[in-house]
Amino acid sequence: MIDFTRYIGQTAGGAMNRLLDDSHSKHLGIKMDTPFTRFLILLMAAAALVAVYRLGWGLRASTHMNDYWPWGLWISFDVLGGVAMAAGAFLIAGAVYILNWKKYQCIARASILNAFFGYLLAAISITLDVGRSFVIWHPLIMWQVNSVMFIVALHLVLYLSTLATESSPMVFEKLGWQRALHIVGRGMIGAVMFGVALSLLHQSSLGANYLIVPGKLSPLWYSKLLPYLFLVSSIMMGLSMVSFETILTGKVFNHKTPLDVLEGLSRGVVLVGSLYCAMKIGLLAAGPGFGALIDGGFLGVMWLLEMAVGVVIPVALLAKRSNRRNLDTIFVASILVILGVLLNRLDVGIFAISDYANRTGADYFPSAMELILTSGMIAFAILGFKVCAKYLNLFPETDH
Amino acid sequence: MIRVRRSAMSISRRQFLKGVAGSGLVLAAGVSSTEARMSKKLPPEAVGLLYDATLCIGCKSCMVNCKIYNSVPGGALYKEGVASGVTDSLRCSKTEQTEKMASPPYETDGIEGNEGVWDAAEDLSGKTLSIIKAYRNGSGERKDTPVNGHAFFKQQCLHCITPACVSVCPAGAFVKDPHNGVVYYEAYRCIGCRYCQIACPFNIPRYEWDSVWPEVRKCQLCHHRFKEGKYSACAEFCPTGATIFGKVVELREEAKRRFNLKPGSRYDYPIRTLGAKEVNTRTVAPYADRIYGLNEAGGTQNLMLSGISFDLLGFSKKIPDSALPDLTWAYIAKIPWVFLAVFVGGTGIHAITGRLDKNRKEKGGGHD
Repeated sequence: MIDFTRYIGQTAGGAMNRLLDDSHSKHLGIKMDTPFTRFLILLMAAAALVAVYRLGWGLRASTHMNDYWPWGLWISFDVLGGVAMAAGAFLIAGAVYILNWKKYQCIARASILNAFFGYLLAAISITLDVGRSFVIWHPLIMWQVNSVMFIVALHLVLYLSTLATESSPMVFEKLGWQRALHIVGRGMIGAVMFGVALSLLHQSSLGANYLIVPGKLSPLWYSKLLPYLFLVSSIMMGLSMVSFETILTGKVFNHKTPLDVLEGLSRGVVLVGSLYCAMKIGLLAAGPGFGALIDGGFLGVMWLLEMAVGVVIPVALLAKRSNRRNLDTIFVASILVILGVLLNRLDVGIFAISDYANRTGADYFPSAMELILTSGMIAFAILGFKVCAKYLNLFPETDH
Repeated sequence: MIRVRRSAMSISRRQFLKGVAGSGLVLAAGVSSTEARMSKKLPPEAVGLLYDATLCIGCKSCMVNCKIYNSVPGGALYKEGVASGVTDSLRCSKTEQTEKMASPPYETDGIEGNEGVWDAAEDLSGKTLSIIKAYRNGSGERKDTPVNGHAFFKQQCLHCITPACVSVCPAGAFVKDPHNGVVYYEAYRCIGCRYCQIACPFNIPRYEWDSVWPEVRKCQLCHHRFKEGKYSACAEFCPTGATIFGKVVELREEAKRRFNLKPGSRYDYPIRTLGAKEVNTRTVAPYADRIYGLNEAGGTQNLMLSGISFDLLGFSKKIPDSALPDLTWAYIAKIPWVFLAVFVGGTGIHAITGRLDKNRKEKGGGHD
């Protein structure tokens, strides 16, 4: 390993050395130089080029969005999806620090870090999506309290800071900054509560963004309960994301997977998934009616697909008690929930306005550059997580 | 050791509660300020346009003059250039521009040999704020008849009384003038999120997709000409009185009067402005449908009359009759309560579960 004290002085170099010490994660067996890592870096490099091109040549040059389809893949997938993926953090943090369910302590750090990357992904994507990226901070000084988007912007900034605070002990531990660690430790409960409040609001406000378009969104998705639907489905997604990630890291990094934790998470998915399913079916019956699924053509199929993949099959899979102790079943069910909720966000963000926009002759399919940027963002989240797993004490339970 | 830490914790918790109460108050105060919850009343001096499609002959004089008179400083199509646009945005203030644009932003796409001379706008866009379109059915012989007829219709911003674009803009780049009700756009505030485009039920705001420092474009009722005693260019240059400018209250009366006229009778249609001496006397055509803009999205300041139903002309059928910003406000108003509930409830639950946890593992000691 390189000794940084020789290049950047004793203090900074010492801190650098401590940060880059990976001896504690030796047992996880994380290798950095693998073909997969190289592939991720390649994706990120391509995405970086797209980002530069987008900033230099504008949105028409890089995306297929148009006046009838002003929000595309970046908003629907990276922002709506990325944020939903991050819901695990506030649930686990709330369970551990507020409800004192210490059982979940072992996955708290990983889920908070995962949320940090989810939000970072959303933040970077929205920065590139807005036309005037360099003044994206405007809402922070030009308050407009009637706007849900203003609320979203404020929450994004506050919550990123909260997640950074919640993750900071990992870094301070590594650096050996006892004083900082102590200060953060004292404020942790407050930070977690702040994070829970912000998350409840942020998850729901992404749905609330669409409350203003009753005439544009297909009635299969538009509902006055959109904020609550977004919130409940994000909880389902967050729990599954944590399960997925715990099992995956267990497999890849060879650390022990805590089965009772996964069982608890799965029980949560069944409960919340059933609630979500009841809400969706109730709203369908009360609103456009079941006939709309058949009349809706393509949109009806999308609705059914989203519900089958994301809700009905996984809940049915996990409903049986013995299945909730089977790693493979939990893994499959988690992936299904994640895909289903992502599909729901794509439906709301892109497909649900297709009837309205197509009527005017407009059409939208993401451009190659939009797809490259999104894949680069995903690669960034995966690699970022991997780097943190290697250099930070992400799984404290397995450490000693 | 443990006791000290716990007492430190409880102090921080108490301080936190205080902080919560404080921030809750601040939030509540902020929300109840004048900006919050948009007015649903017509502004006192509200002005607007009345477009009567039965008078329109499709000459597009309104479109041409809209571009010409909005390409000057203060006009809705005025573009000061990227550099000054960026500096204005970074300084968060507007510089006074004095120079005119070299030429109005004509749309020349796809026409061979056209060197910027022929304006070929097909739809509203970042370069076109107002457009005349044609309806045609079958042989197209008879004007203002749905079957085998033709008609013209106009699309432009309707200047909602409670505009969705104003309510959704996160940086307040859309403003409704509290006095005359014009909905205008302040480019230096805009971040380019395009939520206005999503939110507008009439799909009016258009984006400069080609630009690296894009702006949103829409009709601003030529409000830059008001202080010179002038009014909207489309009304001033309409030869038949199809578009007239006036106070909304009076325009509504005029629209209702026309709507109740007997088809085939004669009527003196004022030209350019309501109450003008110059009139276009002609036979009344039958009006279909309704007065567009009386109820749509809670009412608009521009009104439209047509001989053919607006549904047939392609106007969206799904626009509710109530003010759209109410839908999101119902959500936003709950936010302070969520903070309060989480902090008060969370502190309580934390205290209780913490004690239970401690009792459970008496021997273990230590909090975390």
